Amino acid sequence: MEILMSVVAGVLFSTGTYLILTKSLLRIILGTALLSHGVHLLLLTMAGLKTGAPPLLGYESNAYTDPLPQALILTAIVISFGVTAFFFVLAYRAYKELGTDDMDELRGTDDE
Amino acid sequence: MNNNIVLLPLLIPFVTGVILIFFKNQIRWQKILSILSFLGMTGVSLYLTNLIANEGIQTLYLGGWEPPYGIVLVADMFAALLVLTTSIVALCCSWFAFSSIGKEREKFYFYPMFQFLIVGVSGSFLTGDLFNLFVFFEVMLISSYVMIGIGGTKRQLRESLKYVLINIVSSALFVASVAYLYAITGTLNMAQLSQRIAEAYALGEGTAIITVVSILLMIVFSLKAGLFLYYWLPGSYSAPPMVIAAVFGALLTKVGIYALFRTFTLIFYHQQEVTHYQILGWLAALTSLLGVIGAVAHSDVRKILSYNIVAAVGFIVLGLAVFSHVAISGAIYYLIHDMIIKALLFLLGGALIGIAGTSHVKKMGGLIKHHPYPGWMFFIGAVALAGIPPLSGFLGKLLVIQGSIEQGATHGLFYLFAGISLFSSLLILYSVMKIFMHGFWGETKLTKEEEYGTTKGLLAPCSILLLVSFFLGLGGEYVLPYVFEAADTLMNPSIYIDAVGIKE
Repeated sequence: MEILMSVVAGVLFSTGTYLILTKSLLRIILGTALLSHGVHLLLLTMAGLKTGAPPLLGYESNAYTDPLPQALILTAIVISFGVTAFFFVLAYRAYKELGTDDMDELRGTDDE
Repeated sequence: MNNNIVLLPLLIPFVTGVILIFFKNQIRWQKILSILSFLGMTGVSLYLTNLIANEGIQTLYLGGWEPPYGIVLVADMFAALLVLTTSIVALCCSWFAFSSIGKEREKFYFYPMFQFLIVGVSGSFLTGDLFNLFVFFEVMLISSYVMIGIGGTKRQLRESLKYVLINIVSSALFVASVAYLYAITGTLNMAQLSQRIAEAYALGEGTAIITVVSILLMIVFSLKAGLFLYYWLPGSYSAPPMVIAAVFGALLTKVGIYALFRTFTLIFYHQQEVTHYQILGWLAALTSLLGVIGAVAHSDVRKILSYNIVAAVGFIVLGLAVFSHVAISGAIYYLIHDMIIKALLFLLGGALIGIAGTSHVKKMGGLIKHHPYPGWMFFIGAVALAGIPPLSGFLGKLLVIQGSIEQGATHGLFYLFAGISLFSSLLILYSVMKIFMHGFWGETKLTKEEEYGTTKGLLAPCSILLLVSFFLGLGGEYVLPYVFEAADTLMNPSIYIDAVGIKE
């Protein structure tokens, strides 16, 4: 199971990287979203998966899933959702204002 | 020692930020509350610094959960000094913003965002575990995304896209390296990480993978600090209004530097040959060289000042790369000095651009005739930046260079690094003097009536920063004991670990 999860994380990473390297702003944002999903899967996998035991530590229990990565992922997912939403709005506004979503045309500054 | 005071530098700006949102249309109240908040924060951090000097490192176990299970805030001398400097810079910059930021931006929650930015910055300094460092980084970054785009001019929008993208990617890498570190050590508390990794090195197990993770973290923090991976920095920092650029230049890159210092003195200090002497050393030397080349090449005030940030980052990290008590204390001293003086120069640059109506140095001139005070303040600031003796940059620079020359006895490369740093200091002086010579000196191009703005309300905050800079330079004997204590803690991880009080 860990191997499968690692492969999925790897696929998400490489797709995200590919999309970030494209010209279109929309694709870049989707790329960052995929990249952060890959990172979250990695975080979950790294602690080791254990099927069949809830992440609760009772005094009697002899098997439980490590709850810490799940808490970390929850935080990281919330942050990445917020940032992605912000990035979409920013990109929309920039498209309205600048009239392009092509990263090549967004290079350089006025004074150069 | 469990002490609730540690939480206050976070809580004061946070609560103020929340309250300010409710005062959307009462700008006057927003201003008053902002100033009160930063004054309170300065007072608290002064008290905290003295408390640490007298009683040692202060910690707070949030919710009463003892480490390694709960979240812990740790205020050692290094963190407290930086929090203190942050609150002074924040006080002066928000004061400067009152008469320079403009009505439109004020209406769109500039002041609340400023408060949240400070929450993120001081939280990053005070947190005791790696994941919360990420969370506070994000608090800081999200506020900075808003602040870099606030106002929505074309240039700001274009640059903020790149800024946001770079930071999302580096945050993703940060979480990935946290994941690997958790897989290796099973903890994220920095004190316990330090213990576990020391055990791993004692046993000689898994040391290779630890080095890999340390370099991954180094990449992440270098991206944030502008250490070598600084290509995004000059463009992004020169887009927003100068007061926002001042906050960014003074605080945001310094948080990255703080994280580098914390991780590479507390956690990854075992492979100094590779991580410190080779990689950080070269990165620092190249950064100060490339940064200063950028500063000399440009003739736009914003760009010159932005590239100066990069050059200073290289110099501070050189202190970390040398990794001796002298050099680390020099780096801490220079870090504090740099936060103050960068804010000062950016604010004065903002005043200069406001008066001249342009940011190109060749198009302005002779402003000192009508504006002697900002002119001479800029001159003193520029001299202090380069580290001319009686002023604040000198002591830090002296200690770092002394440390690297001592280290040069065993590792010859450090002679080269010290030489590069001294050479770049000279060029830094040239690059800021260029602003002074063209902007303030020379033929007066604008009469009093033709000027585009005034300096009304802008000089008082600059004078405070200048006074602090004077105090740092002339009152070195008062400041140095604190800095040495901070360096003691950084050089001996056991002090930090004992203070956090890990119970296995």
